[in-house]
Parts: sequence; C-alpha cells; structure tokens
Amino acid sequence: MNRTVLDLWVGFFVTLGVLALMFLSVKVGNLSSGHLSETYVVHAKFDNIGGLKVRGPVKSAGVVVGRIAEIGFDPVSFEAVVTMKLDGRYHFPKDTFASILTAGLLGEQYVGLDAGGSDKMLDAGETITKTQSAVVLEKLISQFLFSKAADGQDAK
Amino acid sequence: MANDVLVDIEDLHFAYDGRPVLQGINMKIPRGKVVAIMGGSGCGKTTLLRCIGGQLRPSGGSVRLAKHQVSTMSHTELYSLRRKMGMLFQFGALFTDMSVFDNVAFPLREHTDLPETMIRDLVLLKLEAVGLRGARQLMPAELSGGMARRVALARAVALDPMLMMYDEPFTGLDPIALSVIGQLIRRLNDALGSTSIMVTHDIQESLLIVDYIYFMNGGKVVAEGTPDEIRASRDPFVHQFVYAEATGPVGFDYPAPSLAQSFLDEAAHA
Amino acid sequence: MLNPLSWVRRIGHAAVDRIWRLGFATRFFWAILCYSGASFRRLHLTIREIYFSGVLSLSIITISGLFVGLVLGLQGYETLQRYGSTEALGILVALSLTRELGPVVAGLLFASRAGSSITAEIGLMKATEQLKAMDMMAVNPIARVVAPRFWGGVIAMPLLAAMFSAMGVLGGWLVGVVLIGVDDGAFWSQMQAGVDFRYDIWNGVVKSIVFGIAVSLIAVFEGYDSEPTAEGVSRAITRTVVTSALSILALDFILTSFMFRGTS
Repeated sequence: MNRTVLDLWVGFFVTLGVLALMFLSVKVGNLSSGHLSETYVVHAKFDNIGGLKVRGPVKSAGVVVGRIAEIGFDPVSFEAVVTMKLDGRYHFPKDTFASILTAGLLGEQYVGLDAGGSDKMLDAGETITKTQSAVVLEKLISQFLFSKAADGQDAK
Repeated sequence: MANDVLVDIEDLHFAYDGRPVLQGINMKIPRGKVVAIMGGSGCGKTTLLRCIGGQLRPSGGSVRLAKHQVSTMSHTELYSLRRKMGMLFQFGALFTDMSVFDNVAFPLREHTDLPETMIRDLVLLKLEAVGLRGARQLMPAELSGGMARRVALARAVALDPMLMMYDEPFTGLDPIALSVIGQLIRRLNDALGSTSIMVTHDIQESLLIVDYIYFMNGGKVVAEGTPDEIRASRDPFVHQFVYAEATGPVGFDYPAPSLAQSFLDEAAHA
Repeated sequence: MLNPLSWVRRIGHAAVDRIWRLGFATRFFWAILCYSGASFRRLHLTIREIYFSGVLSLSIITISGLFVGLVLGLQGYETLQRYGSTEALGILVALSLTRELGPVVAGLLFASRAGSSITAEIGLMKATEQLKAMDMMAVNPIARVVAPRFWGGVIAMPLLAAMFSAMGVLGGWLVGVVLIGVDDGAFWSQMQAGVDFRYDIWNGVVKSIVFGIAVSLIAVFEGYDSEPTAEGVSRAITRTVVTSALSILALDFILTSFMFRGTS
C-alpha cells in the first residue's frame, strides 16, 4: 500500500482514538466540571462516620465543594479523622459546622458543611471542631423504642 | 597460495542435542572460485553452511573467513561481517509483503543512506543482471519458482558481497530454469569478483559451473576434486553419486536391526 | 501402558517446558525493548503496523462497542426501572464500560482480530525462512519485524478500547434516551457526577495499555516461537487467542483488585 494513504489512515485512526478519549474524559467523566484543580486540605473529627467512604462528596448548600481524601482513626480520642480536599475557590469560616448526612433515605453518605458566622477563614490543614456524627439507623430505632417504652412506664 | 584462501575450515565439529552432525570437516575455499558441497540429504551440508554464516556455533574446530574467526565472533562483529556475505535460501525466502523492487532494495535501504534515486538505479541494475527488470512491480506470490529464485539472487548480491552462499539453489526448478540459475551463479561470481559456496545435490549442473567439489557423507568430507577429477573418479561413493545409482556405499535402508530381529521383538511385545 | 511413573514424568516435563517458555518469553520481551530503537527512529515501520492492527480492527471494535452499549442500555433500564431510578442509566452504562467492558472486551476482540494475524504473519515469515534470510542480511528480525508489530499493537490497543467505550456510551444513550425516553439531562448529569476522570476513566486506560502490552507480546512471541510448518503456525495462532484471553481476564482481576480496592 502507498505510504501516504497508510499515513492518512493511521492519522485518522489516532485522531478518532484521541477524540474518543476526550469524549470519555469531558462528556462522560467530570474532568471539565467537578474536577478540582487546586485544592486545600481540611480535617474534621467525628464520633461516628457511619458508612462514609473515601472519594465521597463534600457538599455545602447542596453544591459539591470537595471530596473526602482519607479516613483515619485517632487512637487518643477514639474518634474518626476525616481528611477532605476542598476546592481552592471556596473558603469557609472557622466555625463552620460539618455533619455527616445521607442523600435520600438509602443513598450515599456525604459530609455537609454549614458555614458559620466567624470572620476568620479556615486555613489549609486546620481542623473543623464543630461536627455532628452520622445518624445510625439502628441507634435511632432503639432510641425511639426506648423512649416509647419510657413513655409507657410514665403513663402507668 | 595461502593468502588466497577466503574460507578456511579446520576440524569442524557440530552436534544437535548430542547427535553429531559434522565430524571434523576440513576445507579451504580459495578466493574467486565457485565451490560445491555435495552429498545426500541429511549429511550435514546445510549445517556446514550455517556454521560458515555464523548462524550456528560449532561445538569444535574453527571457521575462518578472510582473517576473522567466525565461530567465536560477537553478535555485533558477526552482523558487520554478514554485510559482506550474501545467501540464497532454498526457496528464495523473499519477503512476501514487499514487491520485487522493495525486496531487492531491502538490504540497500537497511544498510546504506543512499538517496532513493540511487537505490532505484542500483536495484534496476541488479534486476537487469538476473533479467527481471520488467517484473519489478510484481509481488513474490505472482512469480514462478525460478523467477523467485532469481529475484532472491539479485537481493543477495545487492551489496556486492565478497562471499556468496547458496543453499540448494536448484531445488524444485524445471531444467531450463535450473540451467539459467546455474549460469547466473557462475556469471555473477565472476562479474562481482566474489567467492561462492554452493550446497546442492544436483551433480550434473554443478559439474558444469563449479571449480571444485567436496563430497560429504555422514558429517565428513569423503571425496574432493575438480569436476574433471570427479568425473574420472573411481571412488565408489563418488561414482554412485555421479551416476545416480540406487545401491552403493550409500545404503537404501535407514539403519535398523535385521528384519528377523524386528519380527521377533514385535512378537515378544504382543 | 498406564505406568504411574511415566505420568509423573510427563507432568514434570510439561511443567519444565512451561517454565522454560515463560523464561524465554521474558528474555524475548527484554530483547524487544532493547531493539526498539528502529521502531521509533523509522516511524513508518510502526505506523504500518498501527494500520494493520489498529485501522483494520476499527470496524469490529466500533460495531461491537455500539451493540454492547445497546444491550447495556436495555438490560440496565429493565433493572433500574424496578427501583424507579432509570435516570441512573447513564452512570450504569458509563461505569461498566470505562472500568471493565471497554478494556476487557476490546482486548479480547483485539487478540482475536489483530493478535492472531500478527502471529500468523511472523509464523509464516519464519516458516518460509524470511526471518533467517533477514538475519543473514545482518538485519535483526527482532528489531525489524517483531518490535514494530509489538509497538503498533501497544499503541493501537488503548485507542481501540477508548473507541469501544465511547461507542458503548453512545449505544446506551441511543437506547435509553432516544428509544425509551429517559431524560437526556439526567442521563448525562448523573453520569458526569458519578464518573471520576482519574479513578474510573484513567484506570480504564491503564488497563487497556496493560492488555495491549500483554496481547502484543503474546502474539509476537507465539509467532516467533512457532514451529516452522503450516501446522505449527496454526497451533501458534490458537495459542495466541487462548493465552491472550486468559491473560486479559487474569490481569483484569489483578488490576481491578488493586485499583478499586476498599472504596465504593
């Protein structure tokens, strides 16, 4: 086969392959929108993280502002340490409230950030002190049952 | 005289998996001559050729080409030496994915930085020498056996080698093509001033074109001489070979115990 | 003769043979890497092989990708509608394709389309003494014949896998959105929210590169190592397809367990 025709076909082939890769990364993946280019790290300690997973979203007012980078355990305070990578464009006050929430009744768990009123902003590497743990369904149900039982005893 | 020896083989031994194929070969091949190595199938002729080309390492003895010791060369040295060697394979071994032109141009493109116009001229010259200039656009599949052999010959001499090796160049050719190839081998050898070693069992054609003949049997040289000496030879082996007799020193049977013994063995097994 | 000792000996022989071949393949791989200079210095050698293993596989890869996507769309919709979450169809199709089906199925098709023809070509070149002739012309067959085919395959494979996945996503979209009527916006946005570039797509690309190396190496090795007869070449082709398929599936398991470990 003629070398120019061959080059043409291979050029066409490679272009097609690169286009497919671009389609996958931009249109299918979240390279363009949700991908965080510049991030800073913030920690938060929770009594119980429930089913929180690494790579889960961090949301504020429903908008994804970061991802969970690491989940560890503090052997001194016996708390879970969640390390989050937040989008460099967004900064939160020092008294921001972090809680573990669930999307829908059975959906994935995520960290919700509720901005506080402080003037000072959280710096990279700092720890959020005000946190609320995950709601564990079993605990919730047993609490409910105990309180019902207690109510019943009071009524007697 | 000693300076004129191009290939000097001394006491060459070679074994395949412990089975001896060559057992002490001595040959001196003078510069500028066409030498034939003959013998029945499986006598080690092709193995000998491979040892000369450095494709096989002998288990003993030495092969000297010009002043180089082929048998102990490194890969790189061997490759630089092989640029001065040409080899014609049994069925030509043309590259089936290239046209006749590209096949002949292959060694030139691989080993030289010549401009494409010069390569073109050289290729056409080589093809002209084998009478196939008109077939340059054909693919190897479109060639007859004899034509393929001639193209392969043009490819083998593309770099004007000092040593040409032919591995059964006459196999499977009709009498006309056979004699064409024979004449070409002789003519190219003389025109290029090279030296040729030809492994063949076609005695009649060889007697016409070569300067010297070695006969091999069972991994050893059993007879040698010029064509005239060979024709006149009284050696029973040579006589059998030249006149193609079915019986003689070369047996018809593959070595085996006697037939009666075989029957007894079979009976014992059953 | 059911002599137990002879069975043990045969097993031993087979084992030694396998190990020897593995060692030989490793040395062969090393030789390819050492002699790869010409494949890139004389790029047209490799471009030619990209044509043969890539461009000629284009039709089978894109058409198969489309059909796999169509089926994924249908089956996914079938299952998801029971839970009333049909808008998750996009993420289902995209994740199955980019993480697993794209690299694996494209790899299997590549092995049977391009791998087998590479083995056949090299095997036939060996059987007709072309490789020996090349060696006698002081041209290294590994540098001139084997390495360009290897690199052609390694370059073509990830591109083919990407095309397969892209066509599959389009197929899923065609069935889900165009035919069944899942909401277009939800289809894409759920997909984009759930598919991570580095985690899902990049890992898929890494897989396809690994499969490309494995299949190309097996194909050139089997061709180079084949018995120089018609029967030997046909056996080598069979071995290429079988070994490639098994290696792809085994490697996929290993890579998946490293890449997607511990996280959702």
